Amino acid sequence: MTKLDRRTFLAASAAGATALSAPMVMGAAHAKPRVVVVGGGAGGATAARYIAKDSKGAIDVTLIEPSRRYYTCFFSNLVIGDFVDFESTGHSYAALASEYGINVVHDMAIGVDRDAKSVTVASGMKFDYDRLILSPGIDFVSGSVNGWNLNDQDVMPHAYKGGTQAALLKAQIEAMPEGGTYVMVAPPNPYRCPPGPYERISMVAHKLKNENPTAKIIIADPKPKFSKMGLFTAGWEDHYAGMVEWLGPDFGGGNVTVDPGSMMVDIDGEEVKADVCNVIPAMKAGRIAEIAGVTNDKGWAPVNAADMSSKMDANIHVLGDSSQQGDMPKSGFSANSQAKVCAMAVRGALTGSKVFPAKFSNTCWSLIARDDGVKVGANYEATDEKIAKTDGFISQNGEDAATRKATYEESIGWYAGITSDMFG
Amino acid sequence: MVNDLMRAVMFLLALTMASPVLAEAEGDHGRNVFKKCKSCHQIGEGATDRVGPNLNGVVGRAAGAIEGFRYSKAMIAAAKDGLVWNSDTLDAYLTKPRDYMKGTRMSFSGLKDARDRSTVIAYLAEASTTAASNRDPDVAPEILTLEGDPDYGEYLSGECVTCHRSDGGDEGIPSITGWDNAAFVTALHAYKNKHRDHPVMQLATSRLNDEEIAGLAAFFAIQQQE
Repeated sequence: MTKLDRRTFLAASAAGATALSAPMVMGAAHAKPRVVVVGGGAGGATAARYIAKDSKGAIDVTLIEPSRRYYTCFFSNLVIGDFVDFESTGHSYAALASEYGINVVHDMAIGVDRDAKSVTVASGMKFDYDRLILSPGIDFVSGSVNGWNLNDQDVMPHAYKGGTQAALLKAQIEAMPEGGTYVMVAPPNPYRCPPGPYERISMVAHKLKNENPTAKIIIADPKPKFSKMGLFTAGWEDHYAGMVEWLGPDFGGGNVTVDPGSMMVDIDGEEVKADVCNVIPAMKAGRIAEIAGVTNDKGWAPVNAADMSSKMDANIHVLGDSSQQGDMPKSGFSANSQAKVCAMAVRGALTGSKVFPAKFSNTCWSLIARDDGVKVGANYEATDEKIAKTDGFISQNGEDAATRKATYEESIGWYAGITSDMFG
Repeated sequence: MVNDLMRAVMFLLALTMASPVLAEAEGDHGRNVFKKCKSCHQIGEGATDRVGPNLNGVVGRAAGAIEGFRYSKAMIAAAKDGLVWNSDTLDAYLTKPRDYMKGTRMSFSGLKDARDRSTVIAYLAEASTTAASNRDPDVAPEILTLEGDPDYGEYLSGECVTCHRSDGGDEGIPSITGWDNAAFVTALHAYKNKHRDHPVMQLATSRLNDEEIAGLAAFFAIQQQE
């Protein structure tokens, strides 16, 4: 906290006054309860905004996020397919700071001291908290794809965190030779955005159909089935017949070695020369969750469903992709939904405001081709054991064109809705 | 007015005579486009005013003419200036309502496609008398008049505003701010009892009880009212 802005100053002087008048009662010399949020995506930005908005200044909120401009991972596939402009997926934190009074710190959280209840950032500053909310998204499991490590991401991009990686993958596709080959190494469960890799295949196929129609797409997949599988495979048949080849584990899709130097991909002993190789490795919770010691041996952070609090530390909450919560898919919609439940619980704990029963929901839209959108959604509730699915729906094959178009248009509306819910 | 009605009828006749197959397709298209209007407007037998006025006889009707409907100042001014809804004025209005009439309360971004507009206007011209009743089922008076707690509604609204923007923006997904209480309650119950067929809304309303729907209606009614 190098900057002493007016809010911080007021808070500090109030703390001083309290400390003078009642030093024995106030163990720590601060006036307001403090919440530190790490990660400014669908979970973290939403949680910070709701706590600040609904506590009306009664809680001091700090949001720690390295990026000054945040590019959403959701809709990055539509950037690749030329349906939305890259810049339109970028968002600023200006309103969270100016309109909601959130202390937005653009730095990387690198340490959590759970006894002292403080977070350290790369520049060395420390932020004390009464409650810590971790929403760091995902990191990749090193060594999960033979021959690939994070240093190879500029040659074989994952493009699974939005931003420059998505832009790089798109540029590589545009540079493919005529009739070239695009290979995707698909991730094992669980991973962020279950339909994401397959929506990506749809968007790459859409682009290639227009620009490079003799090109081929190969998916090497360790999973025997995937999200919206029936919808995607029927859509690929309809729109991109003969272009997409999906190799599940029965065809060696789980036995892959890549060589970023030569761009060769070995799928179960068969060598393929790739022009673009999109490697989406196995995933785990964002690193700060591991540093904080709230992850399990699977690399995810187990949480209590009612308030998203860590099962390892009641003062830490974990949201979104990093959390292991039960039945919800790892998605931006889920993280946003969990953030509101968590914000209400944290406010209740720190200021005594009313806490209502937790309700969660999720819908994931995917685009298969122009005006051909599909969706899957569900309701969830908190049980003692986990976040449990109560009811759901999925788009059907054979829906009429108007329904599919309306579904796509709805996804555009959802994007506008959730990003304004996150960033104000 | 008669001329306008005649024009709409002639248009339909012309289509029918030119190509029965095409005419049918255009009619279906217009009815499909009207789905975008249905969350706020009713047409056909027994249609009543909801968030928007009922559209029976709208083609050929003077603007702002439904008695008792709470029109925007802009619509009242246009009515005074003698605006009449015919296929030309409706076409211009529906292209981008807020450009055609700055200050209109109709929060709809518009129909960019000329065929969408012409077919939906043709549908409006005929559906007043031919459309099967598409009104939402009435909600029991004790549920309709239930006084909602807007604070509880604000909490519950967290689930709505992931898609329905709290600033009233309506690109791709309709705005739900500033709705009339009864219209809101009726619409949500229509999703809950599966009379309306949107799967996301059916899911969202499936776990809302009467008090919760009343709370949401109370909260959204006071958002962004002019």
